[in-house]
Amino acid sequence: MATTVQTPDTTHTPVVQSATAAQRSARTIKVEIKRQATPDAAARTEKFEIPYRPNMNITSLLGEIACDPVTSSGQATTPIAYDANCLEEICGSCAMLINGRARMACSALVDKLTGPKGEGTITLAPLSKFPVVRDLAVDRSVLFENLKAVKAWVPIDGTYDLGGGPRQFPQLQETLYPLSNCISCTICMEVCPQFNDSTNFVGAATIAQVKLFNNHPTGAVLKEERLRALAGDGGVQECGFAQNCVEACPKQLPLTEAISDVSRDVIVQQVKDFFTR
Amino acid sequence: MPTTPRIIVVGGGLAGLAAVIKIAEAGGTVDLFSIVPVKRSHSVCAQGGINAAKDLKGEGDTVLKHFDDTVYGGDFLANQTPVKQMTAQGPAIIDLLDRMGVPFNRTPEGLLDFRRFGGTLYHRTAFAGATTGQQLLYALDEQVRRYESEGKVTKYEGWEFLSAVLDDNGATRGICAMDLRSMALRTFPADAAIICTGGIGAIFGKSTNSVVCTGSAQSALYQQGAFYANGEFIQVHPTAIPGEDKLRLMSESARGEGGRVWVPRSKDEKRVARSIPEQDRFYFLEEWYPKYGNLVPRDIATRAIHRIVYQEDLGIDGQPMVYLDLTHIDRATLNRKLEGILEIYEKFVGDDPRDVPMKIFPGMHYTMGGLWVDLHQQTNIPGLFAAGEADYSIHGANRLGANSLLSCIYGGFVAGPCAIEYAKSLAPQPGDGGHAAEIQRQREKNEALLTSTGTENPFKLWRELGETMTRHATIIRYNDGLAEADAKIVELQARSKNINLSDKSQWANTSFAFGRQLDNMLHLARVVVQGAAARDESRGAHYKPDFPERNDPDFLKTTKAAFVDGAPQLSYEDVDTQYIEPRARNYAATA
Repeated sequence: MATTVQTPDTTHTPVVQSATAAQRSARTIKVEIKRQATPDAAARTEKFEIPYRPNMNITSLLGEIACDPVTSSGQATTPIAYDANCLEEICGSCAMLINGRARMACSALVDKLTGPKGEGTITLAPLSKFPVVRDLAVDRSVLFENLKAVKAWVPIDGTYDLGGGPRQFPQLQETLYPLSNCISCTICMEVCPQFNDSTNFVGAATIAQVKLFNNHPTGAVLKEERLRALAGDGGVQECGFAQNCVEACPKQLPLTEAISDVSRDVIVQQVKDFFTR
Repeated sequence: MPTTPRIIVVGGGLAGLAAVIKIAEAGGTVDLFSIVPVKRSHSVCAQGGINAAKDLKGEGDTVLKHFDDTVYGGDFLANQTPVKQMTAQGPAIIDLLDRMGVPFNRTPEGLLDFRRFGGTLYHRTAFAGATTGQQLLYALDEQVRRYESEGKVTKYEGWEFLSAVLDDNGATRGICAMDLRSMALRTFPADAAIICTGGIGAIFGKSTNSVVCTGSAQSALYQQGAFYANGEFIQVHPTAIPGEDKLRLMSESARGEGGRVWVPRSKDEKRVARSIPEQDRFYFLEEWYPKYGNLVPRDIATRAIHRIVYQEDLGIDGQPMVYLDLTHIDRATLNRKLEGILEIYEKFVGDDPRDVPMKIFPGMHYTMGGLWVDLHQQTNIPGLFAAGEADYSIHGANRLGANSLLSCIYGGFVAGPCAIEYAKSLAPQPGDGGHAAEIQRQREKNEALLTSTGTENPFKLWRELGETMTRHATIIRYNDGLAEADAKIVELQARSKNINLSDKSQWANTSFAFGRQLDNMLHLARVVVQGAAARDESRGAHYKPDFPERNDPDFLKTTKAAFVDGAPQLSYEDVDTQYIEPRARNYAATA
């Protein structure tokens, strides 16, 4: 044959990708999306009906709207603004509220969201604890600022060739690796009742990174500074142990364990500092 | 001479961050531009590992064998000097990453563990589970955050590069970028700029690449006079999970850890995969390539799967899919070494690959071609450097698995110091360095797109582009198909002048930004298609059934595309083969 087809035909031909009128009259997916044009604008809800195809996820649904931005009442509108990049749940971009639950849009499969008969309406809204940029896109830079505040890095001497790093037993690697899987999606912060303006709590993600670097043989040189950064207002003691974080984390980080460990270390550090400083 | 060189780095993946670190360490200041927060760059998707001939398994591996494997794997199209340097620096780069805290898998003695990968017979790949790219990106991101907190690096996240600012002599004096929230245009002054903007997957519609991998920056620079080299060399990864919105990568490490590719011997097979006995399974890679088996290079595996599906008609249930089977490996080993990728399959397909063989098919994955650079990673535009997947320099006609992470870091480590060297001897800019003219040019482009009142939707045009490119310019190429694709792109270019944006607002307008990218994608698509049409041979990932052999006398040459009168003009340049004499590439040989 003279052509090559890279994916199964059903997902590939343009006919299927931009559904025909005949298909349009068939089964649809109902979506309600909370929209907001600018950070200061009032929020509103728009309803869409998208032609059904099997194996769709929320990001492909949003892609369909971009190709044909018309609401279910036939009104022309604008494509939905949202953050997305890798579409395989590793870059951490596409966190949003889907049917009220904070999760990643790329790994949220439509068939599992619309109920057994496929008739349920899917609701999409931006994360509620971060400033809205537009529609489903929010500003989560606070997490990156927090990572600066706790010096979440290994302070190497330089990038020139200084030989290998410290030997580490596999057991240590198996402790550190899960913590290093944090994708900075901020879902742990979104679901935390303590993460709000009155506590200034840094949230679980940052605390887990403190545990990661404090347990690294070289990273530990900054251990005391990190613990002091988490000792004050908004620090680790703000945690109320609701445990929402560990349940919602898409990467199954051992967040509550990290918070317990770091809490203990912070208290020990505070006692030490009390007698020596 | 400027006292502190001011360098702009565009792109915050591994190559960009590597360059930033070297510049900050040398005392320069850096402005780092990225569409996404740099921690979300596409390098995060790399799974299997990073190659370096550390020889920690007593196999007698050496950097020269790594060099030879890379050149042979690339079918001799890569200039050998940079490949030699990269492979020589491999072990030191791994050591550095280890010191930065990358949680590489370990041996019981506490040393780095290594796995096998395609195109080599050695355990040469260091890995952190099956999320090595994520772990490497984070390690470099953390070092850059450290420099950022010291004031040596300023990040412009959420800004998109539009063009270089060139002075009257054609030298780089900064860049023009657009704030993707306020949509404001601004030029930024710099003594040199380093482009690390990754691959061009979006040109193929669906690929394993991330959304931002449009090639828009490379294309804009090609239109400003930079050569784009070897554009026709596109790696189609043999094992991807077909999906609605993208093709999700299933890492080569699945085969590196013992995964086997097979189909039922009979196309009428009705039994479920696990109940099919061994004698009724066709392990075609192992039968056709006994020495390398499932770990032949990617282009070979991809064409073998294509042949099984389309010539032998043996795809699973008549569909374009084959099995990638891990079910013979115990769960504990799988979880320890491959958990990250098995989770992806489980989440997006719904089956547990520890119990059920995965169904996979090839998908567009990697851009071997890219901006032409010299041995200092400098393009033909003075002061404009490139590194990582965005440049063409390391992988020739086919990239070996786990060489990309190494080439990104290597390229960044060369480009950063070279950019500083260049900046130190830079003469003062004539006039305003071209800033006013460039921002005016970009303002006009924006205005034209915003006020266009046609009928076309940019996202729909993009789907048509992807469909055409995938059909005609991936695994198998024919000259009539490539001509058809080129005509289609020209048609899409005409129609793209007729876009009517459904969103004309000036705040976080994604369709507007996409419209700008689309124009660049179309120009670069022609480079890919015309480069492929002109290369009447088969080499590495470029395969033409009508010209099935490699043709060194005519085509052991780098393709260089220049933008002339709105279209690609191709020329050719000899390849540096001073160390290894080109020889036939035959992975089917048993000796």
